[in-house]
Amino acid sequence: MLDDAKVFWRTLLPRLKAERWVLGLSVLIAVLATLAGIHILAVLPFWIVLAAALLNRSVPSEQPPPVSVVAAEKGGDPLIPALNALDMPVLVVAADETVLFQNIAAEKAFGTIPPNSDLSARVRSPGILDMVRETIATGKINQIEHTERLPSDAVYVVRVAPAEIGTDGSSRRIFLLTYRDISQARRIDRMRSDFVANASHELRTPLASLRGFIETLQGPARNDPKAQERFFGIMHEQVTRMSRLVDDLLSLSRLELKSHLAPEDMVDLAPLLGHVRDSLLPLATELDVTISLDVPDAPVFVRGDRDELIEVFENLIENACKYGQEGKRVEVRLAGGEGEQAEVRVEDHGPGIPAEHVPRITERFYRVNVEASRSKKGTGLGLAIVKHILTRHRARLLVHSEVGKGTIFTVRF
Amino acid sequence: MSSTHIMSAFDDELKYLTRRVSEMGGIAEQMVADSVRALVTSDLALAQKVISDDVILDDAERQIGDKAIVTIAKRQPMASDLREIMGSIRIAADLERVGDLGKNTAKRVIAVAGSGIPRKLARGLEHLAELALVQLKEVLDVYASRSPEKANSIRERDEEIDAIYTSLFRELLTYMMEDPRNITPCTHLLFCAKNIERIGDHATNIAETIYYMATGAQPQGERPKDDTTSTLGSVTD
Repeated sequence: MLDDAKVFWRTLLPRLKAERWVLGLSVLIAVLATLAGIHILAVLPFWIVLAAALLNRSVPSEQPPPVSVVAAEKGGDPLIPALNALDMPVLVVAADETVLFQNIAAEKAFGTIPPNSDLSARVRSPGILDMVRETIATGKINQIEHTERLPSDAVYVVRVAPAEIGTDGSSRRIFLLTYRDISQARRIDRMRSDFVANASHELRTPLASLRGFIETLQGPARNDPKAQERFFGIMHEQVTRMSRLVDDLLSLSRLELKSHLAPEDMVDLAPLLGHVRDSLLPLATELDVTISLDVPDAPVFVRGDRDELIEVFENLIENACKYGQEGKRVEVRLAGGEGEQAEVRVEDHGPGIPAEHVPRITERFYRVNVEASRSKKGTGLGLAIVKHILTRHRARLLVHSEVGKGTIFTVRF
Repeated sequence: MSSTHIMSAFDDELKYLTRRVSEMGGIAEQMVADSVRALVTSDLALAQKVISDDVILDDAERQIGDKAIVTIAKRQPMASDLREIMGSIRIAADLERVGDLGKNTAKRVIAVAGSGIPRKLARGLEHLAELALVQLKEVLDVYASRSPEKANSIRERDEEIDAIYTSLFRELLTYMMEDPRNITPCTHLLFCAKNIERIGDHATNIAETIYYMATGAQPQGERPKDDTTSTLGSVTD
């Protein structure tokens, strides 16, 4: 009761200020009414009731406004820059489950949301929601492991802890939801097992044939220089294939390790494509294919990692040259820039890919035609690498192919 | 819901609907992801969990429906408020169906578990599920942000899912023709693939509902389609 009275007096001034216009008007009317001849004792009670009602009507919010609003108004609650400087995603949640604030890392990881929206709009995972509710109810610190499957497997330890903010008079409880990224550790575990599985499967074939040739060379072909020559040639081919495979597997694994981190640099695509074209010229001449490059005059910047993007376009253009060899020309076109979506099209005029294979060509070791792929020195991993890099860049690979006419690979940023 | 109402209780009711729909979305996402993982890894315990989770979604849908009807009766909402409420009912119904599809996939895990799935097929199914889940996730993100442009762009993604479904369909047919003993597991897998493909369709439905909630108009143009399995006879190579 005493507290209530205190609060009433302390907030009287702002309330008077807020209602000054209406109060002023009511005083004016009361004075006019008195002047017009109505007895002061008849006017006064009405006026007092009105004034009391006005002052009671809107208790200026005792509750401190949301953290983000505080920051905006005061020009900097020290907490906000501190939270923004943290590299781990943090959400500040009120006791009624509204998200008061999310730091920059959280915006990067999960996208922006309108302020003061409900937590379930941001975090849909039932496990995390249950945990937060439990903490709000009991005040105990909780944590669980959570896998964000999309766009790329990221594993977080999600922890929620209560915190009191404000000074003794007007303190209230908020809840800090923090995400600790442990994907790296998880991935290393998985990479090892994946590598063994893939490598053992794909390396077994060339190894088996190598052993066959060695046995033949030791046995029946021991004294046959002509056969020896041929066998050594084949063996050399197999060994190069194996080392290519190991290279690709390694680079794929490396990409997987960081696939959940979006790149931050800005790259101009036009000179990058020129560089890729130049580096592929020898191969193109060998295959008797011309690569035409069409880029706009203005630079086209995208968020990306230069080396990785080079790998993407090298793979795409190399594929176009190899598999579209009979079309004789490969067209690379860059579009976009200046606010528009950047888009790179790589078009060949080869035999095309049958429709049933198109959706699946980015899967590891998926080959449309095993023989053709082997003879063209493919490892079955090129497009898987492309897909991985593009996933990391949050870009999409669109494949459009018509049998007999050619294939268009479009990278859309 | 950028505007606020004089009756703050009305705001609370609308907020309640949004919150429950988002929660349903979270559960549905988890169920679909779990069911596919259970299928690929033959994890019977996980499948059982998915089956039992479905009850939560059913209850949630009923509660959202009840709340929506009470709100309409009490508040006589108009324009965007009415669309908001009708949209919640529709999205809840779609999400409930998504849950059913996940549950059905989980049930088939038990039937398929004995025979094992060829590696290549499993990868294809995972790929299909990944696309469907991306779509579901994006549509639920859009539900939180209510952006009609994004809702419209999601509709176009459905094409990809249809294409890969067609490809899996062909592949399963080949397996069945190779060896009649494959017919039982492959038929189950075919249904699983169909279930996942349907999830993509429901996500598209939700995207359309969100577009309607935000603008009051139906999205323009035909839905992109690339599912040709209904006209597919036999495999010819």
